[in-house]
Amino acid sequence: MIFYLIAFGIVVTAILTIASRNSVVSALWLVACLFAQAILMVTLEAHLVAAMQVLLYAGAIMVLILFVIMLLNLTPKELKWKFIAGERLILGSGVIYLAGVMGLALWIIYKKGASFVPAAGGGTAGTVEAVGKLLLTKYALPFELVSVTLLVAIVGAILTGRGK
Amino acid sequence: MYSLVIDIIKVIVIASAVLTLIPVLIWWERKGAAYIQDRRGPNRANIFGIRLGGLIHNIADVFKLLFKEDIIPQQAHKLIYLIAPIIVMGVAVSTLAVIPFTAPVKLGDFVIKMQIADLNVGIIYILAIASLGVYGVILAGWSSNNVYSLFGGLRSSAQMISYEVAMGLALLSVIMSSGTVRLDEIAALQGINILEWNFIRQPLAFILFLTCLFAETNRNPFDLPEGESELVAGYHTEYSSMKFALFFMAEYAHIIVGSMILVSLFFGGWQIPFLSTEFMHDNMNALLKLALPVVSVSSIAAGVLLMRRTKKFGWGDARDFEPLVFGLPAVIFGFIIGIAAVFSIYLNEYAVSIITAAAQGAIFLVKTLFFCWLFIWVRWTLPRFRYDQLMKLGWQIMVPLALINIIITGIVISR
Amino acid sequence: MEYIVLSVIIFCIGVAGILLRRNLIIILMSVELMLSASNISFVAFSKMHGNLDGQAVVLLLYVLAACEAAVGLAIIVGLFRLKGSVDIQLFRDLKK
Repeated sequence: MIFYLIAFGIVVTAILTIASRNSVVSALWLVACLFAQAILMVTLEAHLVAAMQVLLYAGAIMVLILFVIMLLNLTPKELKWKFIAGERLILGSGVIYLAGVMGLALWIIYKKGASFVPAAGGGTAGTVEAVGKLLLTKYALPFELVSVTLLVAIVGAILTGRGK
Repeated sequence: MYSLVIDIIKVIVIASAVLTLIPVLIWWERKGAAYIQDRRGPNRANIFGIRLGGLIHNIADVFKLLFKEDIIPQQAHKLIYLIAPIIVMGVAVSTLAVIPFTAPVKLGDFVIKMQIADLNVGIIYILAIASLGVYGVILAGWSSNNVYSLFGGLRSSAQMISYEVAMGLALLSVIMSSGTVRLDEIAALQGINILEWNFIRQPLAFILFLTCLFAETNRNPFDLPEGESELVAGYHTEYSSMKFALFFMAEYAHIIVGSMILVSLFFGGWQIPFLSTEFMHDNMNALLKLALPVVSVSSIAAGVLLMRRTKKFGWGDARDFEPLVFGLPAVIFGFIIGIAAVFSIYLNEYAVSIITAAAQGAIFLVKTLFFCWLFIWVRWTLPRFRYDQLMKLGWQIMVPLALINIIITGIVISR
Repeated sequence: MEYIVLSVIIFCIGVAGILLRRNLIIILMSVELMLSASNISFVAFSKMHGNLDGQAVVLLLYVLAACEAAVGLAIIVGLFRLKGSVDIQLFRDLKK
């Protein structure tokens, strides 16, 4: 029951994100959507992930996007909703894409018979200790590689954003 | 079922206690500023001549703010304009959820944790909620549709993002040396020995965290977002009436909550120096025999000293009897405590637990109020940074220092 | 599995945003939406199989999302400097 409530909230805020005229309002709906996702993750006992979702997504990335929107000082004319040319084609292909992905997901669920396996020993709560240990043992190499990606992204962002 | 009731009681008690501290802090700021600047501070507002040393000014302020016209600028984005102060205040108060106020209280079989939510993400929750505080400020600045407000909001968001990095890195070394992210465990681990508290173990982290706290609360010397000589009043220029009051109160709520976090992390939280919970629990009657007479005598003495000022100035109206407001209750309280000390009431186990918790809560409050005073003291003593100096301090000094601190901590704890 | 269906719906809303909107910043936000949809399914799978690998991967994904946002915003700021607008239809040339 509580899942459907949260899921409804997530879907509505996601639709409002892409449908809002004003990009600041749009960014705020995305923040609300990410926050609702964090609540969903708490119900899935992924506490660390939920906290990181708020800290990184809502707290850092979205603030950066809002900051850029305000820095560019977009005039209201530019913030208006407009379709790209050939809207029918795009809408049609979008619907086909949606149907395809949804069908694929449902087919996999049907085929694999995916269902919740009861937790072995109840050790699935995503606490800081458990996830942190996994991240620094089994996923140590991806963890280090991701830090390299971060460095590359910083250098790339500075080089791209630097004026002439 | 019981736990739900206890949780609701905890939320109500703790939230109302902190909200009551806000007017006290506002009064303290005005009086402190006055004495630092060698003047008397607010002392005119009164109810029938009772002034309580300027505390009545807060009530006058509340009435002024309630009855002021509530202006919404025509070009403002109405909804966001309304939401922004709510976000600021909500963020300031919801951080309270993970702060431990006393040691867990044992009542028979019950163990009540004096913490609203015992989350296993502890400090990360605080950082996450604190990072949402930027929204209130940046949206208030943007939705007012005022250039000064927008500049204030942008400055503040850049400042808060920058100092959040240093704050997180400073906290990392504390987490590393404690081996946990739960605030109650960090507070408990520090023990009763002052020399083992984290501000001795992690002095650099303490200084960095304190500096970041000043930046996060937008207080002097980091109050550029609302620097009145450049930006009128920064992000809340266009706000009036109770919406302004929310920003004003949120600033003090931030100070209180920030001080509480600082105390929990670095100053032993609820730990009373050299008196452990078990020791207090076992020797409560002896301790009370020592403490009660002292409290009684000092309370009576203070009350009598205050009451001697009655009719001293000879105004001929209600002001003559003002010292009685505090003097008489202090004397009566002193006598009651004295009678209790003489007859040495027998305390059962529950009462001992509750008194222990009350003592720990009181010491927590004293530590918190000391840091609140530090915020006020610094505000009226130091000048404001220039913006480039602020950014340079954040990124070129604090972040490298925090990283060095992490490396040193890592070397020390891996030995 | 409601969680997977929810994840797919969010993902498709993100795709729709990319296809329908012309504002570059909203397109970037749609990409973030798609990434967050994948996070939901990772956490749901982690719960489903009773181990924490999914959650560890999500934490790595957050870093990638941050990288993507930083580089994307830098590109948007650069494009804005070029044309004075973030309308995607203005950017048709392969070179200046």
